[in-house]
Amino acid sequence: MALPKYTEPHYRIWHYIYLTICAAVFFFLIAPLFVIFPLSFNAEEFLVFSDGMKRLDPDAFSLRWYQDMIYGTKNPWGLAAKNSFIIAIFATIGSVLLGTVAALGLSSRHMPYKGLIMAVLISPMIVPLIISGVAIFFFMAKAGLAATHTGIVLAHIILGTPFVVITVTATLSGFDHSVTRAAASLGSDPVNTFMKITLPLILPGVISGGLFAFVTSFDEVVVVLFLAGLENTTIPIQMWTGLREQLSPTILAVATCLIILSTLILVTAELLRRRSERLRGINR
Amino acid sequence: MSSETKQILTTDGIPLEVSLKKAERKNKIKAFLLVAPLLLFLLITYVFPIGDMLMRSVDDKMVTEMLPKTFKAMEKWDGNELPEEEVFAAFHSDFIKLVEEKREGKLSTQLNYTKNGFKSIIKKLRRKSKSFEEGNYKEQIMSVHKRWANVEYWQAIKRRAPAYTGQKYLKGIDMFKNETGEIVSVPKDRRIHRILWLRTLEIAFFVTVFCFLMAYPIAHLLATLPMKYSNLLMICVLLPFWTSLLVRTASWMILLQQQGIVNDFFVWTGLVTDDNRPEMMYNKTGSYVAMTQILLPFMVLPLYSVMKTISPSLMRAGKSLGGTPFVAFWKVYFPLTIPGIGAGCLLVFILAIGYYITPALVGGASGTLISNQIAFHMKSTLDWSFASAMGLMLLTGVLVIYWLYNKIVGIDNIKLG
Repeated sequence: MALPKYTEPHYRIWHYIYLTICAAVFFFLIAPLFVIFPLSFNAEEFLVFSDGMKRLDPDAFSLRWYQDMIYGTKNPWGLAAKNSFIIAIFATIGSVLLGTVAALGLSSRHMPYKGLIMAVLISPMIVPLIISGVAIFFFMAKAGLAATHTGIVLAHIILGTPFVVITVTATLSGFDHSVTRAAASLGSDPVNTFMKITLPLILPGVISGGLFAFVTSFDEVVVVLFLAGLENTTIPIQMWTGLREQLSPTILAVATCLIILSTLILVTAELLRRRSERLRGINR
Repeated sequence: MSSETKQILTTDGIPLEVSLKKAERKNKIKAFLLVAPLLLFLLITYVFPIGDMLMRSVDDKMVTEMLPKTFKAMEKWDGNELPEEEVFAAFHSDFIKLVEEKREGKLSTQLNYTKNGFKSIIKKLRRKSKSFEEGNYKEQIMSVHKRWANVEYWQAIKRRAPAYTGQKYLKGIDMFKNETGEIVSVPKDRRIHRILWLRTLEIAFFVTVFCFLMAYPIAHLLATLPMKYSNLLMICVLLPFWTSLLVRTASWMILLQQQGIVNDFFVWTGLVTDDNRPEMMYNKTGSYVAMTQILLPFMVLPLYSVMKTISPSLMRAGKSLGGTPFVAFWKVYFPLTIPGIGAGCLLVFILAIGYYITPALVGGASGTLISNQIAFHMKSTLDWSFASAMGLMLLTGVLVIYWLYNKIVGIDNIKLG
């Protein structure tokens, strides 16, 4: 954003103030994430930068908290990670199936009461999590599903579907329906048309909705706190307990792993978004 | 259709209009069947349970069912002076049954919610009632304890007769129904919930304002920079957006602690002395800082998507017509971004008003919100009906904003990333 040569001095000053403000805000957004990396390699038990670390002394850094995370005695992270992945994967599959099918219906111009139904389908995203937690807990307790994996998976499907519905509906909004009609006129039945024509075209939207659902489930703590028993502990629950009781460097090691995971997911989501825009002919 | 025009028929002889309607209905059913599984799933597991919360929040059947005869006898009682023998006899017969079922403890807990002092006199009544003689229960019960001869306690029992009550809602705004049935506020030093509601609104409001002030410039920068730079900077917005909430809260706990980096920085600049480091966590400051950073992406993204559609030539036109850059910005650019501002502010406000995790971790006692109180009653006091009532009050507020959001932005226009 170079300024034109004729810019008057005081606007020039304003421009630099504006850029400084932007830089400060970006710093505020991203810097807190980076404080976790170095501290997770701390050789000491404290959560402050030791003098050795400030001098970049190699002895001040160690992998002991990562070792503790993986091999530590009676450590909960192994079980928590296993549970988190199992729950998130099933919740994602459920959300994607239910959400994609619903989005197909919602995108049809024949859909009755579209606004109302959309509002209901999106509501789990809008209603405060604590209220969702209470309501879902009452249901699961009645259904006998509290403190089971099934209960948590169902709860996460509830929370994950709005994201799938939104992303897939958005993808379908740029969808050229004449291709499905063309397929039908060539003798393809609806299921075949969907699998061979529609699905490949909306796949980027489906996958990015799935990523949202996965992250929602993987990161969800409020509802799980109501539902989980000791056997169903997840990474967020362990982090929550850890942060409440004592902030240990092991948590930072876990947090670092989570940041790496979210970076991978971000990159995938971005690539998909661009591919989807290219496929739909929105070139920017 | 007028009678003169000939009806158009399809090849199978059905009027075209009928045939079209039939096709239309078929399409409608087809579309609806696709949505039905998810809709049904959500109705059963989510929407109805919220209705269940409503039932729980007003349900007061417990005492009604414990003392059926008493309440029947009380119907004739005007409630001003001590009731007649008939009521005492009915109460005695209900009470004996409760003692047999070992449920009189529950009754005393419930009545104690309405008026303090029931616990001990019910215990006493249980002991004495074993040696009661038949007839003249009024005298016998009144002789157990002088409170049983006090009309206020009988009035308190009568107040529990209805099977439904709004008292949990009144409690949620620090009010209650007194002896004479008036709705009054609790004493000033016990008004905890009003403070919490106000604080929740205050924190949500200021977090929204802070987010707006910080998001506007960077959204503008992202929208006006050439693609290759803005894509890179966009990662700074999206990476926090995709990162676990707990990870981000943890990083604020490290930064804001007393020996943390932010305090180190203040000491280094000489703003504060080393032995006088301010508390920035476990109070409101902690909630403000952490929530603003965590919710910032939700403000940037809607603003960005609106600003992206504003043509830069509009600003140039404004300037070429004689406006200074400031005037051009204020009169041309800013009004065009208002839809984005509305969307972002409503979204952040909705999210902030129901925040739970971050305030619980960095908010301390002075930075917690209404959600924390709901969780407290769900987990610690186990007063689920009160938690439900407060949850529904919060939900009503959120739904009003949601409705506004729908009016202004449209639910279909929510964009992610």
